[in-house]
Formats: sequence, C-alpha cells, structure tokens
Amino acid sequence: MHELGIANSVLHAMQAEMRRYPGAYPSRIGLRVGQMTAVDEAALRFCFQAITRETDFESVILEIEICPLRYRCPQCARDFIVQEYVFRCPSCANLETECVGGDELELAYLEVEEHGTSTVGAQST
Amino acid sequence: MERVQLERKVLSENDRIAARLRAQFHEHGILCLNIISSPGSGKTSLLERTLETLPHHDRVAVLTGDIQTDNDAARLRRFHFPVKQITTGGTCHLDANMIERHLADWRLEDLDLLFIENVGNLVCPSSYDLGEAAKIVLLSVTEGEDKPLKYPSIFFKSDLLILTKTDLLPYVPFDINAAADNARRVHPGIEMVKVSSLTGNGLHEWLMWLERRRHALKPISAVG
Repeated sequence: MHELGIANSVLHAMQAEMRRYPGAYPSRIGLRVGQMTAVDEAALRFCFQAITRETDFESVILEIEICPLRYRCPQCARDFIVQEYVFRCPSCANLETECVGGDELELAYLEVEEHGTSTVGAQST
Repeated sequence: MERVQLERKVLSENDRIAARLRAQFHEHGILCLNIISSPGSGKTSLLERTLETLPHHDRVAVLTGDIQTDNDAARLRRFHFPVKQITTGGTCHLDANMIERHLADWRLEDLDLLFIENVGNLVCPSSYDLGEAAKIVLLSVTEGEDKPLKYPSIFFKSDLLILTKTDLLPYVPFDINAAADNARRVHPGIEMVKVSSLTGNGLHEWLMWLERRRHALKPISAVG
C-alpha cells in the first residue's frame, strides 16, 4: 500500500505550493501516472480522499492521467505505444528500441481559485 | 481560476536523496544493489550463501529491511561483515531516507559493495529509488511462472532476474522456460541466473555476474 505514501507526497506538494497563493484555495490537482509504476489508481484515490478529509484540501479533484508504456525506434525516429509487451518497432521491426514513457509519477498541474470567485473547478465531478 | 504547472516528480523528495546517495556511492566506488522479491523467495538465503563465499577482508556491507524483527540481520551477521537491520514498522518498502539514515555511521570509504535487501514485496519497492546501481529481482520456483506478467513493473526495472529454489524443480509444476520467456517479454534485456541456495547450484553464475558488475566499477574508483 505505497499509494498512501504517494498520496502524502501529493498533499505535501500542494501544501507547499498553496503557501505561494495566500487567500486562494486549490480546486484540482493533475497527476501523470505511468502504466509501469505499479501504482494502483483506485488505491491512490482512496488514500488521497482519506488523508484530505476534513482539511482545506477535501474538495480538491484528483485528475489522474495514465500514461501508456511508450518506446522509440531510433531508426525510424518514431514513438509507439507498447501493447502486450511487444517492444519491436511496428514500422521497421527493429528490436533495439528504447523506453521513453510509462514510468512517470509526476505532478502535472495545480488549479487554484480565489475565494469568492467562480468555483467551477471545485463543483464539477 | 489559475492553473499552475508543477512538472515535477511526485516522489521528488525521495529522488533527491537517492541522487545524493548515488553520487556518494559513485564517489567511493561502491556498487549498490537493491534486491527485491515476494516474501519468502530466498533473498536472505542468497545473501547468506553470497557472504559465505566472499573473502573475509572483502569490503561488503548489508542493509536488510523488514516490517518487524531483526531476524534477517542476525542471520547475516554470522559472516562478520557489517550488517544493519532497517525495521520499517509497517511500511511495505524501503525509501532513500531510510537508507541515508542507516548509512550515517558507516564509513563509506571502507566499502566497495553494498547489498540492500528490500522488504518482501513485489510491488511497492519498485517505485522507490534507493540510489542503487541496479535492482535485482528474485522469483522462486514455488511461485507462478506468470509473475513477470502479473507484476511487470519490478521485472521491467530490474537488471537481473534470479530464479531461486531450483532444487525444487523436480517436485513443483513450474515451467522455468515459460518464466524466462515471460520475464523477457516484459523486459527483453533482462539478464537471468538460476540458483539453488540450498545445493549451491548456479551460485557460480550469480557470483560471476556480481564480479562483472564490481569490475565494471573499478576504473571509476581508481580515478576517483
């Protein structure tokens, strides 16, 4: 259940970021999670909800973009999504391809709102 | 509404410490290996066998992680190399901060090789960089040969797969070729050795792998 530690890191990052925006509140946090990170989306959402309950971050919407395993063929200079662990280049059948995505565990963005202004972000589901 | 681009890693704090550790290992010419498997796949037994074969003057140390008890450290201390237990108290993986804290009172200039035996878990340790030169994954023949497909992350990230408990192959329905194929499917470049820590079969291949990796570090330590 390392998702709890990851959710905590997300919360700490939000807390640190919000210190730069006094008088505002966070409405949405965007994460990129690679397919190969062994992070379970449902468990991460559950942990995030649990640790933000009854805090200023309770209404923050957690957006998770799952990033597929992506390889690049140096010969064709093109990227392709790896399905069923076939690492061969779909164009030229080259096997000497390299990993360029799928291992992300990144904070992409944070949306902040001024108090008393529109709360569109916070109200959508 | 304002959207602030963050563009940084979620585990940036862990990764920052891991980078610091990696720089220290590099500076002192230490090969650090992060050993990962399910509970009971034979990490400690393999380390016992390994330490047993190394010369007494070898500059080797072990950090061993568990949720509770220092049983593993007690087993490994018999070989008179420095061994320290990291008891996580519930956490299912080691993180870079735990490694840094437990290394604090060891003189890194006295070490060439550091084994980190992670907490028995095939999932969570794969997310945490400990500053290691390589991850090593163990899979015992009493587990399923489809484990690489079920838990791809750790097989994808490991340089070496050690198939353990091979002395049991005559008694279990484990297709070792299928296991190897599955591991290569997830990670075509993964190296593999087959070991029985009980009989010592295959141990030589593992020690050769270890020696190759240690040797590859030598020019760096000579310059540094």
